[in-house]
Amino acid sequence: MKHHEAERSGGAGWRLLLQGRRLVIGAPYLWLLLFFLLPFLIVLRISLADMDGATISSLVSYVDQQLVMKLQLRNYATIFQDDIYLSAYGRSLMYAGITTAICLLIGYPFGYFMARASARLQPLLLMAVMLPFWTSFLLRVYAWKGLLDAQTGWVGRLLLHIHADRLLLPLGLIPAPGEFMYSPFSLVLGMVYTYLPFMLLPLYATLSKLDLRLLEAAQDLGATPWQAFWRVTVPLSRSGIIAGSMLVFIPCVGEYVIPELLGGPETLMIGRVLWDEFFANNDWPLASGVAVVMVLLIIVPLAIFNNTQSKVARS
Amino acid sequence: MIVTPAGRWTGRIWLTLGLVFLYLPIAALVVFSFTDSPVPNVWAGFSLRWYAKLVGDEEIRSGLFLSLKIAAATATAAVVLGTLAAFTLERFPRFKGRALFSGMVSAPLVMPEVIVGLSLLLMLVSVQRLFGFPERGMVTIWLGHLLVGLAYATVVVSARLRDLNPQFEEAAQDLGARPLQVFLLVTLPMMAQSMMAAWLLTFTLSLDDVVMSAFLSGPGSTTLPLVIFSRARLGLDPTVNALATVVIFVVALFVVGASYLIAARERRLHRQQRSAAETSTRA
Repeated sequence: MKHHEAERSGGAGWRLLLQGRRLVIGAPYLWLLLFFLLPFLIVLRISLADMDGATISSLVSYVDQQLVMKLQLRNYATIFQDDIYLSAYGRSLMYAGITTAICLLIGYPFGYFMARASARLQPLLLMAVMLPFWTSFLLRVYAWKGLLDAQTGWVGRLLLHIHADRLLLPLGLIPAPGEFMYSPFSLVLGMVYTYLPFMLLPLYATLSKLDLRLLEAAQDLGATPWQAFWRVTVPLSRSGIIAGSMLVFIPCVGEYVIPELLGGPETLMIGRVLWDEFFANNDWPLASGVAVVMVLLIIVPLAIFNNTQSKVARS
Repeated sequence: MIVTPAGRWTGRIWLTLGLVFLYLPIAALVVFSFTDSPVPNVWAGFSLRWYAKLVGDEEIRSGLFLSLKIAAATATAAVVLGTLAAFTLERFPRFKGRALFSGMVSAPLVMPEVIVGLSLLLMLVSVQRLFGFPERGMVTIWLGHLLVGLAYATVVVSARLRDLNPQFEEAAQDLGARPLQVFLLVTLPMMAQSMMAAWLLTFTLSLDDVVMSAFLSGPGSTTLPLVIFSRARLGLDPTVNALATVVIFVVALFVVGASYLIAARERRLHRQQRSAAETSTRA
């Protein structure tokens, strides 16, 4: 309809609009192609190359008047044969999965109660959830280092007082009694802490839009509150659950800063492996291979995430 | 709906515990920035010595200055590109390559930063081999932050665009405004607050980034988070707590102030729209 209007106002205006449209789409599009897609293709290309001294070997060469394309699969062979890489991938997926599950367990009731709070309280609660997000995440993760110390930290002393270490030690989550830092426990705690708002916000967004009359209808039809919750509320908030879970899971797989500050020797994750291949070993092709495999691991969750995003946009 | 007292109390307790969890580290950072002990989780009496040390810390000061410059440049560029991208997504339902575009816009939101940082660095190195620039430093860090910032800015602005009542734009068009006039006089003022929010968000994200900066920085371009990260890795440093307290207060002041202004503006805009609607129905 807008197009017709423009056409009526004369060919020049319509042409101008078209040009404007091209510019509006073109500028961010071109930028993303250049700085997001192209770098990936370069990583893919380098992962198929070798280190040739200080430079990266070229894939295509001209030998005996023939164009020769040499793809090195050595990096991928290393990744799939060496246990360091496979177990780091596995550990990353595991910790990301555990973090997502705990975030959902804490976040779903939180989002639910938040959406049920009085209309006056809701904006304040939303603000309270958003505010830590605005203050440096690095500093907040650093703060846990002090908090979890069993001798002096607030949380560490509390955990020791309630003998939480007796529960955590047999589960293999802490290395020794009375030591909470540099363990799987502190790592997961830090990741849950950091990513909880990412879970909360999409959950709250879908739960606050929920039509309460549907719950009343379910109750009128004889459902207990518990049944109404599982069969009405949860299915209707599916998009929030998926979006929140992906927002937590995907970045957690490649997380570097939190394992580095709060993790221990047995929590080596793939982000750190990539980092070391690149910065410590200077092996760019291998680091690229690690990155490509990581992208392949998260590509399905990524597609699910994009799908829900565009569904939300359309509705 | 019937809410049992037990259910109400569960809700209150859950919300309170959740907020305690979220705010505990912040409280600890602030409290122990005033301690007189060299270990920032032991209380040994009130002192401002870590603030005095912070003021004299050359490394932190130069890092902060660099980070502020990069953050301002990132936020500004991210809002411009993000607004265009949001407009593209919300107003042009079909064009060639739309699926690729929407995928590329939202991917950096969740993509692990090590991947984005590594790939951008490898590309910049290739470009540098071909053309002799850019040197790793402020500009390359800015490019990396912009990639992530663009994704966040797009989300914030397009959420606003989606809620915008298209009738105002249609009315302006019917009254003879050109497309550009419609955009500048009607759409832009209504989007302004979301653009402001996007600016603040991308600014703080840039100010906080470690991984991208580590990949993309060069000699002499150590941003503030890189300084903090290297100290935090070594152990606890009360100067970092003092810095954190300053950062927290500045940010809280900014965010509370900005949301107050935004809310006031929103109310005014709402009033104007309502009175305009009333006038038009009367006419």
